[in-house]
Amino acid sequence: MFPGIPMLNYDVVVIGGGPAGMAAAVRAKELGLNVLLLDENDYLGGILPQCIHPGFGLHYFREELTGPEFAARLAKRLVELGVEYRTAARVMEIRNYSDLEKVVIFTSPSGAYQAWAKAVIYAAGARERHAFEIGIVGDRVAGIYTAGEAQTLMDIYGVMPGREVVIVGSGDVGLIMARRFALEGAKVKAVIELMPYPGGLARNVMILRDFEIPLYLSHKVVEVRGRGRVERVKVVKVDENLNEIPGSEFWIEADTLIISAGLVPSVKKLTAIGVEIDPSTGGPVVNDRLETSVPGVFVAGNALLINDLVDYVAEQGELAAEGAKEFIENGGIGSRKWIGVEKGENVRLLAPHRLSGERDVYLYLRVARPMEDVELRIPEAGKRVKLSLATPAEMLRVKLKAEEIRDAEKLTVEVVRE
Amino acid sequence: MTKTYRFTCIVCPLGCSIEVRVEDGKVIGVTGHTCPRGQEWAVEEATNPKRVIMSVVRVKDGALPTVSVKTAEPVPKELIPELMKFLAELKLEAPVEIGEVVAEWNGIKIVATRGA
Ligand SMILES: Cc1cc2nc3c(=O)[nH]c(=O)nc-3n(C[C@H](O)[C@H](O)[C@H](O)COP(=O)(O)OP(=O)(O)OC[C@H]3O[C@@H](n4cnc5c(N)ncnc54)[C@H](O)[C@@H]3O)c2cc1C
Ligand code: SF4
Repeated sequence: MFPGIPMLNYDVVVIGGGPAGMAAAVRAKELGLNVLLLDENDYLGGILPQCIHPGFGLHYFREELTGPEFAARLAKRLVELGVEYRTAARVMEIRNYSDLEKVVIFTSPSGAYQAWAKAVIYAAGARERHAFEIGIVGDRVAGIYTAGEAQTLMDIYGVMPGREVVIVGSGDVGLIMARRFALEGAKVKAVIELMPYPGGLARNVMILRDFEIPLYLSHKVVEVRGRGRVERVKVVKVDENLNEIPGSEFWIEADTLIISAGLVPSVKKLTAIGVEIDPSTGGPVVNDRLETSVPGVFVAGNALLINDLVDYVAEQGELAAEGAKEFIENGGIGSRKWIGVEKGENVRLLAPHRLSGERDVYLYLRVARPMEDVELRIPEAGKRVKLSLATPAEMLRVKLKAEEIRDAEKLTVEVVRE
Repeated sequence: MTKTYRFTCIVCPLGCSIEVRVEDGKVIGVTGHTCPRGQEWAVEEATNPKRVIMSVVRVKDGALPTVSVKTAEPVPKELIPELMKFLAELKLEAPVEIGEVVAEWNGIKIVATRGA
């Protein structure tokens, strides 16, 4: 179709070689599909090779691993199964000609290619929010990094990004970076958190005590100043409505500002082919096979919604592969009817959005605010799950059996006091 | 002299708030825990805190310029800066296998968590 560009043919092309993409490719191969995996990095694993801390794989491998260890296990399976993959291969565009005809155009060191496939699994992960997105103004200077950029510099390339550090955001990523900097002998001058509570798990909040790092809750960084390099950052206190409190400003001297203000699913290549996006997750609207609104295009991992556990990411990859298999065999993902899933009380985001009621399904969701002693309820399915604690930092996952939801017209998910 | 330590227990997701009172290096009281595992953890945390340490070590001629490592067992907290200095000076040569013991420090094994 594109003359002069070498043409390849597959059942499935998987975009992204992180845990979601690798798990999808492995499962697709196990199901007998002819699969190609593409990643723009020089190595497989996505963000995992740079996440050298433990906390990965307790569910999936029943063992606590570091990020690189988790990635290596998946990569080993991939190689053992003989899955075809290419690194340094950047996907430029997806084209959707018909349900069973998609083209993935990518460039690689050996040139451009067009890979034709019946189904596409999109697992390109997420991007980090940048300083300007969270309203920081001031000088455009060196020394401002996202947490992921700093992590890549330190833990892949062995380069120290700075010596006196202010970190924006007290989620697990921000806290883990605080520890990394402190361990390397940098002075972490403060962690600044907008909300009145820390965003990370208790075991990561402990890091602050370990290294005597001050945490400013209900504060935000609003300005950076410096000549050539960051010299100081301005911090302001906020009230309960997150409005700045006049007169509360103060400056912290630092040469480095690390932004750890959350991730956003990276979906540009999907919106370009008309995939419908859910504004609350930032990822596509999907059915219980993780198929998007464009038939035969599946999504998994952080491109679907931001996951805190890599285990769920890998699980989504497998599910998408099973969807692709069914799609190719039946020429589509069928259902007699689709049951809509709606957000109820204290549910901020939720996926999948449409269920067939013909198969078991995992719902993934996040709450809007922290609450103790709550119950996750889905009245139409007669489902009640007790939770001692639900926080926005932790994604909740609940399994629904086909027979519990088969007869429902719609489902409402709520997290409420017992 | 009595010191009071307050911890959020991290042994299980319940996250109990535990207080440990220590007098002249001896534990004289633990409150707030719901189970013996939490109590044991908090006492250890107050008297002899230890951490498994992760870092990266330079590697020559590898696919990447560094290889990530972890200590095979938890290290007493006060020794961590010394360990980090040791790791900063360590230089490895490729190939390094994931899981390989690449060095030993004060009897503690340093294990590669990435290949190179
Ligand atoms: C700092 C940090 C710490 C974390 N800590 C933990 C933890 O302790 N425990 C835990 O379980 N989870 C943790 N997580 C979460 C977990 O690691 C992620 O949810 C998971 O890695 C996401 O996987 P993914 O495959 O969706 O995306 P990624 O790992 O981001 O992979 C996406 C891949 O797609 C590729 N790609 C993107 N666009 C293109 C394109 N156009 N062409 C080709 N390739 C492309 C990228 O190069 C990348 O390799 C952490 C996350 C972060 C950021
Ligand atoms: S004290 Fe026991 S129950 Fe409470 S958080 Fe610790 S381990 Fe869990």
